[in-house]
Amino acid sequence: MSVRDVSCASHLPAWGIVGTLTVATVLLAVSASLVGAYPVSLAEAARIVFRWLSGTSNGSTAETVLLEVRLPRIAAALLAGAALAGSGAVYQGLFRNPLVSPDILGVSTGAGLGAVLGIFLSLPIILIQGFAFIGGLATVAMVYAIAAAVRGREPILVLVLAGVVISALAGSMISLLKVLADPYDQLPAITFWLLGSLSSIRPADVWSVLPAILLGLVPLVLLRWRINVLSLGDDEAKTLGIEAGKLRIIVIAAATLMTASVVAISGVIGWVGLVMPHIARMLVGPNFDRLLPASMLLGAAYLLGVDTLVRTMSQVETPLGILTAFVGAPFFLWLLARGRHGWE
Amino acid sequence: MRLETQDLAIGYPERRVAEGINLTANAGEVLCLLGPNGSGKTTLFRTLLGLLKPLGGGITCDGAALAALSRQDIARRIAYVPQAHNASFPFTVKDIVLMGRTAHRGAFSAPSARDHESAMEALASLGMATLAGREYTRISGGQRQMVLIARALAQAAPLIVMDEPTASLDFGNQVKVLSRVRALAEKGLGVVLSTHDPDHAFAVGDRVVFLDQGGIVAEGAPQEVLTPERLMEAYGINVEIVRLPGGQIVCAPSYKAE
Repeated sequence: MSVRDVSCASHLPAWGIVGTLTVATVLLAVSASLVGAYPVSLAEAARIVFRWLSGTSNGSTAETVLLEVRLPRIAAALLAGAALAGSGAVYQGLFRNPLVSPDILGVSTGAGLGAVLGIFLSLPIILIQGFAFIGGLATVAMVYAIAAAVRGREPILVLVLAGVVISALAGSMISLLKVLADPYDQLPAITFWLLGSLSSIRPADVWSVLPAILLGLVPLVLLRWRINVLSLGDDEAKTLGIEAGKLRIIVIAAATLMTASVVAISGVIGWVGLVMPHIARMLVGPNFDRLLPASMLLGAAYLLGVDTLVRTMSQVETPLGILTAFVGAPFFLWLLARGRHGWE
Repeated sequence: MRLETQDLAIGYPERRVAEGINLTANAGEVLCLLGPNGSGKTTLFRTLLGLLKPLGGGITCDGAALAALSRQDIARRIAYVPQAHNASFPFTVKDIVLMGRTAHRGAFSAPSARDHESAMEALASLGMATLAGREYTRISGGQRQMVLIARALAQAAPLIVMDEPTASLDFGNQVKVLSRVRALAEKGLGVVLSTHDPDHAFAVGDRVVFLDQGGIVAEGAPQEVLTPERLMEAYGINVEIVRLPGGQIVCAPSYKAE
């Protein structure tokens, strides 16, 4: 046996898994576009998409349902799942802690505070998104500034603790806004949004976050190998030739951009960023080359699956965030109980 | 390759650990760093690797100031072998070794076919090629130490700095790792290693630097530096230095309680 055989053996199945996940996600997206309160047949869906592409849409009900409601929602679910799981995988690698998720740096809560403030001030939807985005980035900046100020101790621990504290602070400010909010108009909107939902997604929402998500994703894809090295710890990464401090800031900013843009349109959807990277790591290993695409595909498929369930299960929609927590929390406990495979 | 320090002072802003350090590490030679706990061996290594700013004095790499070199430039000149640790994630052995090639890649590129070859060559040279596909988290401590040495070889730097490469290894692995170290120096690499065991310095060291009381207290051939008097002074124990019939020199401490 040559040395090459050994190396290929560890690569091929991983890429096979990534390929399988891609196919499964596409199939899931196609099926999801057909089901719902107004079912559409595959042939009809294909005709509608064709007419849309050729610019000859006729304004039928099926067309409106598919193009204005269902496909945007599917696209949003795919984007949100992919972005949350992808940034979760990045945070876990960067902080060398598998319990880390986009929530840990306060990204989600910070973005949440921004959005709630937007709803409280009765701002238009685009400004609410902008607020969410600024809230997420501002929180990370604050967490990072605190961690930088408290030097000399275990830096990662300080960072995580700062994230928890700032998160709690943002959480209490959200509660304050809820108390002050108009109980008939604003409060239900705030509550529903905080639980996470894709039910009010419109095509414009998808187009507005797509560039932001891509802007975050591109550096992560380009730097994927260096993120591997960074997961060994700053000192070791430096001796291997990496400007660890700079790289860490770039990567965190990119991952945060992805998370905050998702929160801006979908509200707070927990657990996806924590659990999906774990499953992906169990499937393809920790190398970012494969882990990033596998996490994103799994996150996309999972969130689409859950969202399709909540919109078809009953007349009254359960907010998405409730179901992801219902599925995610026990699953995570099971992961903990079954052993530490995938991390030490 | 020649790494030199000039009147180097090391430590942290709030605490100076050692000063007046003048040492030279050359290609083809094993330089052993000994000293009691807290004498500053690790601090010195961190400073030599550019992880810690010197409090005074300078470090030069073939005449060029270390402070003026980028991380990548330093990594191409000096490779670091940390103590065998547990990685947070189960990278394959080959992935770990491939990370040694980072300094030879652009920021946005993944390892090339050439890098894969270098990694496998490095593993093969240590007799570890069959471990390439195994998870780094699931091999023994001795194997991990060898993998980290393979990574340093893949890094292709002329000087390797090893922080207590034998710590936490069993007796057999200590000997195996040290004989590899000797072989690397024979091939022309420069090695700087720290150890707590004078026997290791006798076995593989060309020169010994003894760090104690805030500076270098002795430097030279192992027999000159590691005398019973010095070991008594540094560690407060009675030691006999014995030359075995085969020519090997060992250190025999007295275990009698005073």
